[in-house]
Amino acid sequence: MTRQRVSILGLICTILTVFMALAWIFPIYWIGSTAFKSETDTILVPPKLIPWPIDFEAFAYVIQNSPIFRWYFNTVLVSVSVSFFSILFSLMCAYALSRLEFNGKRLIYAGLLVGFMLPFGALAIPLFMQMNSMNLVNSYLGVILPQIAAPLSVIVFKQFFDDVPRDFRDAALIDGANDIQILFGIYLPMNWSITWAMSIITFIGTWNNFLWPLIITNSTQMLTIPVGMTQVQSAWGIAFAKTSAIAVLASIPTAAAYLIFQKRVTQGVMAAAGLK
Amino acid sequence: MPPVERNARRPKFRKGWRIAWFFVGPFLFFYCLFLVYPAIQVAWLSLTNSDIAGQGRFIGLANYLQLARDADFWASVWHTIYFILLTVVPNTLVGFLFALLVVRLRRLRLAVLSAFFLPYILPVSVVTTASLWLLDANFGIVNYLFSSQIAFFADPFWAMPGVAMVTIWWTVGFNMLLFIAGLQNIPIDLYEASALDGANTLQRFLFITCPLIWPVTSLVLVLQLILQFKIFDQVYLLTFGGPYNSTMVVLFYMYREAFQQNRGGYAAAVAIVLVAVIIVVSALQFKLLIRRRSR
Repeated sequence: MTRQRVSILGLICTILTVFMALAWIFPIYWIGSTAFKSETDTILVPPKLIPWPIDFEAFAYVIQNSPIFRWYFNTVLVSVSVSFFSILFSLMCAYALSRLEFNGKRLIYAGLLVGFMLPFGALAIPLFMQMNSMNLVNSYLGVILPQIAAPLSVIVFKQFFDDVPRDFRDAALIDGANDIQILFGIYLPMNWSITWAMSIITFIGTWNNFLWPLIITNSTQMLTIPVGMTQVQSAWGIAFAKTSAIAVLASIPTAAAYLIFQKRVTQGVMAAAGLK
Repeated sequence: MPPVERNARRPKFRKGWRIAWFFVGPFLFFYCLFLVYPAIQVAWLSLTNSDIAGQGRFIGLANYLQLARDADFWASVWHTIYFILLTVVPNTLVGFLFALLVVRLRRLRLAVLSAFFLPYILPVSVVTTASLWLLDANFGIVNYLFSSQIAFFADPFWAMPGVAMVTIWWTVGFNMLLFIAGLQNIPIDLYEASALDGANTLQRFLFITCPLIWPVTSLVLVLQLILQFKIFDQVYLLTFGGPYNSTMVVLFYMYREAFQQNRGGYAAAVAIVLVAVIIVVSALQFKLLIRRRSR
């Protein structure tokens, strides 16, 4: 009797949960479906829930009226380079902080913890001036370089390296391996999953970064997609299918990265929050 | 014996030193050039009357004195606090609720979790595009469903709650993940033992789940607090600080002073105030994290 009542309550709870989940992703569905409507169909009353007949006009318009492929290229170039160098340098730095003895080690780690707290937005002004004097405003290097040194990745990798027994390094040293071989041959493979996780969330974070590309670029050709889309959208005015279509194009890579590497993204997000 | 040992050790130490700097060097180079140096620079700038190109002279604490009497700045502080009130606690509570709903699922778990988390990985401009469309005064589906005609981002009363609502929709998945991890760490035998002692579901929730999840709750609250102090992107895209400056938050005020009013030094002073506040809150966060570890 009680068992049955509990399971009925449980069922109601599950149904409510599913309903809430559907409501929560409805905005994403709505943007997606609007993108496949004609402009006149978007403002019908009552609203059309299913985009039928499917209309690709909005996508065609986006492709013809914005340098969307150039922006894709820019964003991929920036996100891939930032992720690659950021993760590589963080791994190396974390390995040294975790395993090597040298002067200034504690100072560097303390500096990382302080730097981790500094909000990027507050540094934007001097960073812009610095880029200006280095002649890097409106260049790929200007977008990429300041995003490479992310203290968070170092802190996370150091925690994981600290958990590897020291015997691994000692044994490899006796066998004649050097530290470069030990890092890339032993420590990296042992921590593949967190390295992947941090790489993917760095990629997503860089792809989505808005403030820095907004400040450092000033020509249409150099924009990343998240910044570029806002500029054409305001030029297009009230055109919901078109603004939705470009939003869909802008979010496909990160959404795909999440759906494919879901477990890794979750792991990376938790590690970044200080929970292993 | 001792001299030999010293001779054997010295080259080894020097070699180790060189390898260490080979490993630390690349990161440190970028870190110093693009984080440490700008951080020092922003502090120096705040004591000058520089424009955005960095040309200016030392004027002492004049920027800060002016800031203290600047009604627009204080308004931006108040708007930021208002935004924090609207987001930090609600976002934490909704995250906790979603985590509770998700952990009891089995087959549907991954699908439901993804639905709650998916908005978090979208670029901010996609989030605001969706918001501007769904919450549009004339054609938005939200106003259609409630038969209302609220112009969320053009009405000074609704603007900030609108931005807060969008922020919660966007970021709650992050909080949910942390709570799920916390809930999974609560030992299951505690629930079994209390069930044997006759505790009902509500009692178990109040006397086991709530106290044991508190460390995660406090962590989420502080992370939220730090994050929401830095609110900028959503405001920039949804309201541009308006209507009637009702969503002019601190970082947006800094941006406006720097890049629109060309007052680099004054904007740097705003940045320093923000940094000071965030460092105080972050210190609180470290204390919480350290307490978690030592348990």
